[in-house]
Amino acid sequence: MDLLEPTRDALYRLASLDPALWQIVAVSMRVSLIALALVTPLAVVTGFALAMYRFPGRRLLIVLLQSLLAFPTVVIGLLLYLLLSRRGPLGAWQLLFTQEAMIVGQVIIAFPIISAFTLAAVQAADPRLHETARLLGATELRAALSVLREVRFALIAAVTSGFGRVVSEVGCALMVGGNIAGLTRNIPTAIALETSKGAFTEGIALGIVLMVLALAVNVVLALTQGGGRGTPSIDAAWYRG
Amino acid sequence: MRMIVSNASSAASAARGAVSGRGFTRVMGGMAVVLAFVASACFAQALKPGTERTATERTIRMATTTSTENSGLLGWLLPAFEQKYGYTVRVVSVGTGAALKIGANGDADLVLVHARAAEEQFVASGFGIDRRDVMFNDFVIVGPKTDPAGIRTAGSAAASLKSIVAMQQRFVSRGDDSGTHQMELALWRVAGGLSKWPGYLAAGRGMGEVLTMADELRGYTLTDRGTFSSMRSKLDLVVLVEGDRSLSNPYGIIAVNPVRHPHVNAQGARALMDWMTSPEGQRRIASFQIDGQSLFFPSATGPR
Repeated sequence: MDLLEPTRDALYRLASLDPALWQIVAVSMRVSLIALALVTPLAVVTGFALAMYRFPGRRLLIVLLQSLLAFPTVVIGLLLYLLLSRRGPLGAWQLLFTQEAMIVGQVIIAFPIISAFTLAAVQAADPRLHETARLLGATELRAALSVLREVRFALIAAVTSGFGRVVSEVGCALMVGGNIAGLTRNIPTAIALETSKGAFTEGIALGIVLMVLALAVNVVLALTQGGGRGTPSIDAAWYRG
Repeated sequence: MRMIVSNASSAASAARGAVSGRGFTRVMGGMAVVLAFVASACFAQALKPGTERTATERTIRMATTTSTENSGLLGWLLPAFEQKYGYTVRVVSVGTGAALKIGANGDADLVLVHARAAEEQFVASGFGIDRRDVMFNDFVIVGPKTDPAGIRTAGSAAASLKSIVAMQQRFVSRGDDSGTHQMELALWRVAGGLSKWPGYLAAGRGMGEVLTMADELRGYTLTDRGTFSSMRSKLDLVVLVEGDRSLSNPYGIIAVNPVRHPHVNAQGARALMDWMTSPEGQRRIASFQIDGQSLFFPSATGPR
């Protein structure tokens, strides 16, 4: 099978601003960005609390969070499907096969990633920062914010990783979204469909968009980082990359 | 891309702080054991093809539509053939469009599909040889019991589609180039063309998923009777339109052209086709029933 010809056709299709193709991209962006906007505050607060405060059951929660990182998205999709089905407990909401259902799924998928990254970042930060802030009379909230400010680049990396996971995720989106054209068909589910149809050109075109998106997000990330200073461990890792 | 890798490594190094020193070593040790186990399993798997190569001629790869697999027909037919002739049949079930594509690429030895025009095109382009009729089943239009579009009394398949549009009801389309999708498009042409309305949902998925979706959304859809019967107990949908001549669905079986793809198992493909169209195979197709109802009707005219 020839790889070059479909790739060339794909680039042409993208350049000609094929509306059907770009609508799929728009669905992907809309769903994933809304999901991230919803989940980020919650996940950051969770990660921060797990890193900073000692309470019973904390270790258990951390282990749970870290195992959730490896939770298969199709299982999340299945559980959500059963909840949202017309025969399920939340069936009355009529959310199955809507963008809202996809957003809920992506929130669940992104949550452990962003909170685990936040947890790791806050734990790697210098503990004296929080202590000093408190000693200098800062409220707990102010002290927490100054710690988060200190690890902001790691937080951006956390959100980027969350974005990378949800925007490329196919299992859950397919199950609860249903891959309906123009409504819940996003880039990964469209690629799966086009490949099953043997329409490789469309698949490659969408694959290119997905890769360019990932690249763009990371370039923006690298730029915002500028001459900023994150925590030493994070910075070292950055510069190795 | 490398940045993502470094993100992960920074997270890993930071996570190291989360678990205390000795605990971490223990966790890593445990992980290493698990990884070693998985790796050895993979390795053993990887060695297999070498021993299997001698058995290649005993393996037949068939690309077919989801309807034959989902309905359970192949599970009823193939073991009888495999037992008698000592072949192993590997089935890939996808939409008709994809099945033909797999055949055209030489990734299957034969195809069993239902889209007459596409099948003839497949043979005419030199991808397949020896096309034979095997059987037919029929399509039905299913929908909610309440039938809000009132298609029960519409008379014909085309008229019921028109009525669904007129009443602005939901219709879930396969939208995946499958034989069922092509049948749907043919019905729309009879109904005077498909002008999409908000209730027209192109799902781009298999028959089973589309039926579940129509059930969830209380919409209508076109389905082959086999898949619907096999799923009926899980659905609230009922058959509303059936028996229209335009809903008949003939299946053809085609061998992949060994001249174009010399590596295909032409002998195995031939054996399976001969058996499917033989009196024995045809009887077996006719005897396949779900809930006391036959789903596929033999139609082979070949060597009887």
